[in-house]
Amino acid sequence: MRTRFHHFLTALSVGVFLAVREIRRANLWTTLLIIFVMMLTFLNLIVVGGILVGLIQGSTNAVHERYSSDLILSPLSRHAYIEESGRAVALIKGLPEVTAVTARYIEAGRIEADYKKSRRPSDVPESAGGLVAGINPADENRVTGLARFLKEGSYLRSDDYDQVLMGANLFYKYTPIDSPGLSTLRTAGVGSKVRLTVHGFTREVTIKGIIKAKVGELDQRIYMVDAELRTLIGRSDLNVDEIAVKLIPGANPDAVKQKLIAAGLGERAKVQTWSEAQPKFLTDIKDTFALLGNVIGTIGLIVASITIFIVIFVNAITRRRSIGILKGIGINAAAIQCSYMLQAIFYALMGTALGSAVIYVMLVPYFASHPINFPFSDGILVASPAGTTLRALILLAATAIAGFIPARIVVRQNTLDAILGR
Amino acid sequence: MIKTEHLTKTYQSGGGTLVALDRVNLHVAKGEFIAITGRSGSGKSTLLYQLGMLDHPTSGTLYIEGVNMARLTSSERTRYRLGELGYVFQDYAVIPSLTALENVMLPLLMQGTTRRAAERTAVHALERIGVGDKLHNLPSQLSGGQQQRVAIARAIGHHPKIIFADEPTANLDSETSRVVLDAFLTLHREGQTIVMVTHEKEYAAIADRVIELSDGAMVGDTRRK
Repeated sequence: MRTRFHHFLTALSVGVFLAVREIRRANLWTTLLIIFVMMLTFLNLIVVGGILVGLIQGSTNAVHERYSSDLILSPLSRHAYIEESGRAVALIKGLPEVTAVTARYIEAGRIEADYKKSRRPSDVPESAGGLVAGINPADENRVTGLARFLKEGSYLRSDDYDQVLMGANLFYKYTPIDSPGLSTLRTAGVGSKVRLTVHGFTREVTIKGIIKAKVGELDQRIYMVDAELRTLIGRSDLNVDEIAVKLIPGANPDAVKQKLIAAGLGERAKVQTWSEAQPKFLTDIKDTFALLGNVIGTIGLIVASITIFIVIFVNAITRRRSIGILKGIGINAAAIQCSYMLQAIFYALMGTALGSAVIYVMLVPYFASHPINFPFSDGILVASPAGTTLRALILLAATAIAGFIPARIVVRQNTLDAILGR
Repeated sequence: MIKTEHLTKTYQSGGGTLVALDRVNLHVAKGEFIAITGRSGSGKSTLLYQLGMLDHPTSGTLYIEGVNMARLTSSERTRYRLGELGYVFQDYAVIPSLTALENVMLPLLMQGTTRRAAERTAVHALERIGVGDKLHNLPSQLSGGQQQRVAIARAIGHHPKIIFADEPTANLDSETSRVVLDAFLTLHREGQTIVMVTHEKEYAAIADRVIELSDGAMVGDTRRK
């Protein structure tokens, strides 16, 4: 006596037999069209969400690469600066995983332009406020590549006296927003002399360059040589406010962080990996966009499922007589339903395979080298293999069901009526 | 081999009841070649479909080899049809997306036969019927007579106990019809039980017995001398 499992295997085998031949002998253009629809559905599932998440991922990557690097140290709570910064930097540089370090002085400052023009007593010169970062230009460039983001002008050199780089957000030209409380420079540009005031100390400086990195922390800052800033504000200690650390490729930031804490650095500074230092709002937006992408993708999935349902239903209805004959000669309903499900799965498999090729061979590399130029970030396409595989499986399952239901509807019709066309 | 007791089939039609079969009592012995004739609407095909278990009677009983077919579940009926019965339909009813060989292999595969064994058996059946040179042709590449012979090969490939043929020559010219009927005769001579519906008296005459139906009732049962 044959077991139910044997019956199932036989039905599956006959289903495969029928499906292969049905696909092989179907109209080629119809088959290609269906596969194309499946491919587009799959791309919709991956790319829409991937671009939305990538929009934020671009920001995340920018903050990581251009501001915090792999590790960032900042003052402990209620401390003005990182104590014994020199020893901290020396300790960090001594680690084999570290490839570059930059130390920054950060002070609140204000830039005034147009201050030499005569004005009415009640008028004030145009000004913009931001954080002034005292840096070693070479170190900074090694860690963050700051020089790459020069929009205008030229980069700082260590012997630059009274020269500053300014973030683009401080200029009306790059931030054309008229809002109370937001003041930007309208008349100043590269080469302009401006008045820099930090902690009440004022110096006339020249704008050497404008930085636009699509990272708020960078585009809102004023950069000058660290020694010049110390001289301006009368600081003689070498304690800094930020230390950014770049690691060798493949190094684990968490492991290096633990090493630094174990060496006692945790008592002098807050040590964070780049992911810990990410602004929370970015993570929140990423999660929201991922959800939005999933919703849009789900709509596409429903549309594709309905498409497959209609294709299989029309296929089965036009073959109603053949199905009746198959049942009449003893081919069981399971085998017939299986053959239609397998056809649906074939279309989905081919569509996902082609879609995956398009994504990983074309789109991901393309967006990586040509990010979408959004005003606030460089958008990339995020498509993790795990996420792509999950969505492929969802599409396969949805189309299997979409293929099964119409087949079942037609197969369950009366055998004789189907044979006789009643 | 086949026995019916007061087999009746009715349909509800236009507010009334249409009696397609009216208490038919029939007995078919093993190895017999039965032709069922009658005018259009006499119930010939209805009787054939009842005997071939493609439909359920309204009342009455069908026995095949002593088994009351009403006692079988739907899947048991399907398996019985697959294993024990063969069908030849009026318009060939071969699957258009399968070649001649694949059409004949299909019931064998459904029975669990291996692909290789099914292919061997199918080739033999097609050669027996005289279309051994058309194994890999699709139905669209075959003439009507060739398609009907493929259908016959499919019906006999799994060595059924009974073959049911519904107007197998209806869509064929006289010469091709002769070829198909000769195939049936050959099978009959080999001991095959055949039940054939035909409205052509001339074709019915080749059978051992001719059952005549009129308005759903059996009005004649003639044995060939």
